[in-house]
Amino acid sequence: MMTLRTYIMHVEDLPGVLNRVTSLFRRRGYNIESLTVGRTENPGVSRMTIVMEADDDAARRIEANLYKLVNVLKVEDTTRRPCVTRELALIKVRTSNQSQRAHVMQLAEVFRARVIDVAPEALIFEITGTRDKIEGLAGVLAEYGIVEMVRTGAVAMLRSAPEQVNEIQEEPRATSAA
Amino acid sequence: MSAPRTGAQILWEALAREGVDVVFGYPGGAIMPAYDALLDSSIRHVLVRHEQGAAHMADGYARVSGKVGVAIATSGPGATNLVTGIATAMLDSVPLVCITGQVTSRLIGTDAFQETDITGVTLPITKHNYLVTKVDDIAKTIREAFYVARSGRPGPVLVDITKDAQQATTTPVWSSAPVRMRGYRPEHKAELDDLARATELIDRAKRPVILAGHGIVKAEASGELRAFVEKTGIPVASTLLGLGGFPATHPLSLGMMGMHGEAWVNHAIQEADLLIALGMRFDDRVTGKLDTYAVNAKKIHCELDPAEINKNVRADVALVGDVKDTLEALIPLVTRRDRAQWLQRIDEYKGDSAVRDIQTMPHDGRLFAAHVMHDLWRITQGKALVVTDVGQHQMWEAQYYKHDHPRKLVTSGGLGTMGFALPAAIGAKLASPDDEVWVIAGDGGFQMTACELSTIAQEGVKLHVAIINNGYLGMVRQWQQFFYDGRYSATPLKSPDFVKLAEAHGLTGIRVTKRDEIEGAVARARRADGTCVIDFRVEQEDSVYPMVPAGAALNEMIRRPNPIVETAEDD
Repeated sequence: MMTLRTYIMHVEDLPGVLNRVTSLFRRRGYNIESLTVGRTENPGVSRMTIVMEADDDAARRIEANLYKLVNVLKVEDTTRRPCVTRELALIKVRTSNQSQRAHVMQLAEVFRARVIDVAPEALIFEITGTRDKIEGLAGVLAEYGIVEMVRTGAVAMLRSAPEQVNEIQEEPRATSAA
Repeated sequence: MSAPRTGAQILWEALAREGVDVVFGYPGGAIMPAYDALLDSSIRHVLVRHEQGAAHMADGYARVSGKVGVAIATSGPGATNLVTGIATAMLDSVPLVCITGQVTSRLIGTDAFQETDITGVTLPITKHNYLVTKVDDIAKTIREAFYVARSGRPGPVLVDITKDAQQATTTPVWSSAPVRMRGYRPEHKAELDDLARATELIDRAKRPVILAGHGIVKAEASGELRAFVEKTGIPVASTLLGLGGFPATHPLSLGMMGMHGEAWVNHAIQEADLLIALGMRFDDRVTGKLDTYAVNAKKIHCELDPAEINKNVRADVALVGDVKDTLEALIPLVTRRDRAQWLQRIDEYKGDSAVRDIQTMPHDGRLFAAHVMHDLWRITQGKALVVTDVGQHQMWEAQYYKHDHPRKLVTSGGLGTMGFALPAAIGAKLASPDDEVWVIAGDGGFQMTACELSTIAQEGVKLHVAIINNGYLGMVRQWQQFFYDGRYSATPLKSPDFVKLAEAHGLTGIRVTKRDEIEGAVARARRADGTCVIDFRVEQEDSVYPMVPAGAALNEMIRRPNPIVETAEDD
């Protein structure tokens, strides 16, 4: 069964690593819903959150294929694990008059969205939350006319104590040299 | 404390430290510093005529020696010419290190003369690749590249080194400690409870078949496979690249499976209640239509690469690990069973269909490709190292040349690269100089890399080249005959006089048009000082049987036309 999956990946912070990861998804025919990448608490380690649709078999193969990339340190499929996920969106809404503006702001309040820019013809809201929450607000605001919207894609973190990537990855190992 | 060295000098020393004794390459602007330093290295360099040949030679060398093959080329066109060879090695899991020159680092990204983003180009067809812009990174990167290429599931690694990094100097730091990398954990070991579950399936099975693949050869697991087979009495079907991993003349050897596998092999697989896949990946050429593939069989998949598990065929038990280790673990667990009934059933299929072309072909003086393969096998007593190209002759060789030992058949299986054989055979011969090396190629594929005849002449390499010349791109012609109403689009092929072509290179050329000339031609080829090219003018519109059409079930084969009762004449 196809489900929306969220992977957390730790990768070496080197040029071209993002390209290697996305190339793998493209080559194997998997469509990425969202991808975010940034630095972590560990120098030299970047973290990616990748959201995509896949069934269980495909999910296992994706994980195995990701591990074949030499620069990948750790892959976690968070799909059935306790995990917090957040996404940020900026939504610009057309507001033609004063009363409509007040109404829109009130609605946004319900979603805990903040107004970050006010212009005579439009407002920009900032909202942070789960995908559902952002889509909920976007759905409501659509009635007033969304001029543009930008979303960061999800970032995720497991609820349990974070494991140290370096501790896991640094054990020595013999080469298979003849 | 060693003295400062240039990056180019460090490169050759790093290669020597990896045990490299020969590299295959072609010089050019961005790799000139390395070529200058080559003159002071003890490593042999084979000058190819086209960089694709360098990659295939390194590939042939690696497949035969079990070591890492090395190809070297300049930036831009030199590097892109390697691409087909790299992709060939990737699909067949062959360990290569390809070294390319790159434009000076400050010119990268400016579309400089002969600049190509070769790490970008080869990203999906290498196991890993590196761009080295600093002289201090050369030694470490070469070491890591060799480690990545040969460890786990092997594959090609490309190292792109800028010209300024080759020219700069540094004092190299050499390490003999094991390579340590932050990521990349290629080793796996089968779990004990999975081994127990596999054992239970094996002991319970009434109609089991072993599917032996390339992994048996790569893991040097032929001895373990034989011990496992002889203990369990389970018959063995081989993939194309698995041929030789189990002796073809062993009573429990069934032969090749798949699209051009013999009927009894495919029937046995379709009727099996258990498939034990050893180091193979259920390629579409061996399964036929997936949802009709061995539907009543449980599947045990022994495979080093976890990404292959459940990719094409769902495994009931997956044993992820080196197949040699896995077999060693299984042998003491499994019990001997009487398989007489099952083997008898397979024999009935053989009886029904053991009408091989060899026996059914008219013995009227005409020359069939199957005759050539059969006679080469007989004359060389099955001991030659055979390097085949891609197409009909490749399948006939697989059917009629019985390989009893691993690493005696070199062929491009996964990518199906025409033009592979001639250059790969040069690498194979250098890896194993005492072997009698035969190139078997079609008239089409041979011409794709025929320029390497010059390399053969320059290097004084002794090969025996059999061109199976039918005047067509035969396999495509066969498909056109079967599936495109016999409309021969772009398959009739006019070739040069191959005898004269050989002679133009200072080599020997022989033409064979009748079966009774084969023996004499082979004797002459063996006596010749250097490489001999034999132009076998075979039947032009002969087809490879049986054949499972693409997308059909494995048991829905196009059978040989008009089978007649077999005669003992050729046995």
